[in-house]
Amino acid sequence: MQEIKNYTMNFGPQHPAAHGVLRLVLEMDGETVVRADPHIGLLHRATEKLAESKPFNQSIGYMDRLDYVSMMCNEHAYVRAIENLLGIEAPERAQWIRTMFDEITRILNHLMWIGSNALDLGAMAVFLYAFREREELMDCYEAVSGARMHATYYRPGGVYRDLPEVMPKYGESKWHKGKDLERLNQWRGGSMLDFLDAFCADFPRRVDEYEELLTDNRIWKQRTVDIGVVSPEQALAWGMSGPMLRGSGIEWDLRKKQPYAKYAEVDFDVPVGVKGDCYDRYLVRVEEMRQSNRIIQQCVKWLRANPGPVMVRNYKVVPPSRVEMKDDMEALIHHFKLFSEGYAVPAGETYAAVEAPKGEFGIYLVSDGANKPFRLKCRAPSFVHLSSMDAIVRGYMLPDVVAMIGTYDVVFGEVDR
Amino acid sequence: MDSITAAFHWFVSTFPTLSMALGLLLLPLVPLIIGVAMYVWWERKVIGWMHVRMGPNKVGPFGLAQTFADVFKLLLKEVVYPANSNKALFLLAPLWALIPSFAAWAVIPIGPNVAWSNANAGLLFLLAMTSMGVYGIIIAGWASNSRYAMLGAMRSAAQVVSYEIAMGFSLVSVLILAGSLNLSDIVQAQAGGKGLFDWFWLPLLPMFVIYFVSGVAETNRAPFDVAEGESEIVAGFHVEYSGAPFAVFFLTEYANMILVSFLAPILFLGGWLSPFPASWGLLGEPGWWWLCAKAFFFATAYVWFRASFPRYRYDQIMRLGWKVFIPITIVWVFVAGCMKYFGWVTTGA
Repeated sequence: MQEIKNYTMNFGPQHPAAHGVLRLVLEMDGETVVRADPHIGLLHRATEKLAESKPFNQSIGYMDRLDYVSMMCNEHAYVRAIENLLGIEAPERAQWIRTMFDEITRILNHLMWIGSNALDLGAMAVFLYAFREREELMDCYEAVSGARMHATYYRPGGVYRDLPEVMPKYGESKWHKGKDLERLNQWRGGSMLDFLDAFCADFPRRVDEYEELLTDNRIWKQRTVDIGVVSPEQALAWGMSGPMLRGSGIEWDLRKKQPYAKYAEVDFDVPVGVKGDCYDRYLVRVEEMRQSNRIIQQCVKWLRANPGPVMVRNYKVVPPSRVEMKDDMEALIHHFKLFSEGYAVPAGETYAAVEAPKGEFGIYLVSDGANKPFRLKCRAPSFVHLSSMDAIVRGYMLPDVVAMIGTYDVVFGEVDR
Repeated sequence: MDSITAAFHWFVSTFPTLSMALGLLLLPLVPLIIGVAMYVWWERKVIGWMHVRMGPNKVGPFGLAQTFADVFKLLLKEVVYPANSNKALFLLAPLWALIPSFAAWAVIPIGPNVAWSNANAGLLFLLAMTSMGVYGIIIAGWASNSRYAMLGAMRSAAQVVSYEIAMGFSLVSVLILAGSLNLSDIVQAQAGGKGLFDWFWLPLLPMFVIYFVSGVAETNRAPFDVAEGESEIVAGFHVEYSGAPFAVFFLTEYANMILVSFLAPILFLGGWLSPFPASWGLLGEPGWWWLCAKAFFFATAYVWFRASFPRYRYDQIMRLGWKVFIPITIVWVFVAGCMKYFGWVTTGA
């Protein structure tokens, strides 16, 4: 009789559930996974090395491209590292704006996650519903920075510019006119803060909508409860952070434990799971969306009441305004120096981390006193999580691997850097 | 134009039997294929509406010609044979799936004794034909020489076999009540003065639900679409197919869905009978339009499921089939037998 052997299967990089370019080599016993071997590096762009070759400010845009679903959080870690070394601090209003946009980013990321995770498990509708809300928040990105994804909005010393007084409106087109156009523009009558107010008032209802399709759905529960269980010990041993860690029942959130920006002044709760299965992580992320919504509301309230500068007035780091440059020689020189040579950062090393939507995103920065980083190291949560793949999915079935990749919430921009 | 007409007359007069056979073949097939095209359009439109988007709206009025455009695109594409595949079986598989699914239509009645073949063992023929189709899927998975396809074929084989049993039992209960295997007789047995309360869905309610759910599972549609498993095994058994063979698989799947949508009303919802009493005039009149309206409802339910449910895992489908559906159907076959024996249900007008 012929001996029955396990077979290997190539899962990705061209696979609908590969979340970009994940290549998993699976050793299968029928439908059961015996060994999972993730192969990475298909999206490697040498971000860390590139950053060593250009002035500090020019690498902010690269940070957007790391985890391209939570852009501003990555920028936040990078500019905080630079600010640490320079010994400057952003003005209060800039800190509030950063807090607000970090949370907008968190919602953006979790919307992407809930959509793609549901799509991986076969529920199509949630994906398109989530993208409807994502569209509105993307418009906020566009309103402050001009770019819908790669914003480059945070700068060392504050943010690029203050929030716009007018929220851009949809124009009339063949597809959107009359009543339809009015409906699209109904929140966009006032400033961006008015728009966010309207969005935040509406958003919990939208989250209810996703939950209605998933949370108590028998099939959804069968697919996620007790699937991909990560014990608290495992979570710590693998260096997990963010919802992966909290889903396993460990209350650890940098926003609470090491508050940065204005997180110490806003009121929010940190949801924690019990079992550490896919369903708990799902619940944690959904609740995080609601909490982010709360934080945004508080930020909007503060920002309405307190106008002020959003950039430090230190022209060795921050470019002067155009108006000053018209008749001030000094300002012109500063501008020229900043946009050709950049600024020099005192020698030293620092580690700055933020609670990115996927977990702890950190930048380890070493400067030798030049205008470029001596060494930059990104601590990307997806990379750390993905390394535990083999240990977690062993013994589960092929569709569970897909569910697990979904709750890992991996984005290959930051895994490969 | 005249020469074409002349050629037609010549053909019909020279080969009368052949022309007759061709005509009889095309009579049900052409409406079916057009029905499939319309159904695909309707599915995409409805899912679009449920997903806050538009659906096809560019090709033809309301995007109606979109499906035809897709079909022509597929027919014109190259057929790629995977390396080391068995070419003969690779091409045989789609046909093996298609032929039984079309053949099954032969016994579907659209009015009293109006069917292509009003066979006495119609129900048995249907069961035989729908079971044949799964061979096409298994052969496709095996001949493709791909692991994804193989997994899809294995899943599909196991799934269809287990749901066939539950489906078979629910048909048996209909058979017990109607006392006939002829589909036309089955519909007639549901006629009566009480309109829709005379139909079999009422005494056989669990069977009716199980029949339709099994039908969804048999046709490999969401939430039971593990044989295709978009996000797990990419496209399952037809992952290696392109061009015309893929179009044939596609056609088969939708023809089967429409078949199940027609069978559900014929077996449980009184076929072409009107839900209203005869005194309501035109509304109470039985007719093929009632059958089509009921079938349309089930066809739309298919789409509705697909738009809203997550996908089951393969072993969970097995559990549902073996541990839930089969026990329920076995019990209800017994209950149906009692109903018939003690005369709790009246059948026939």
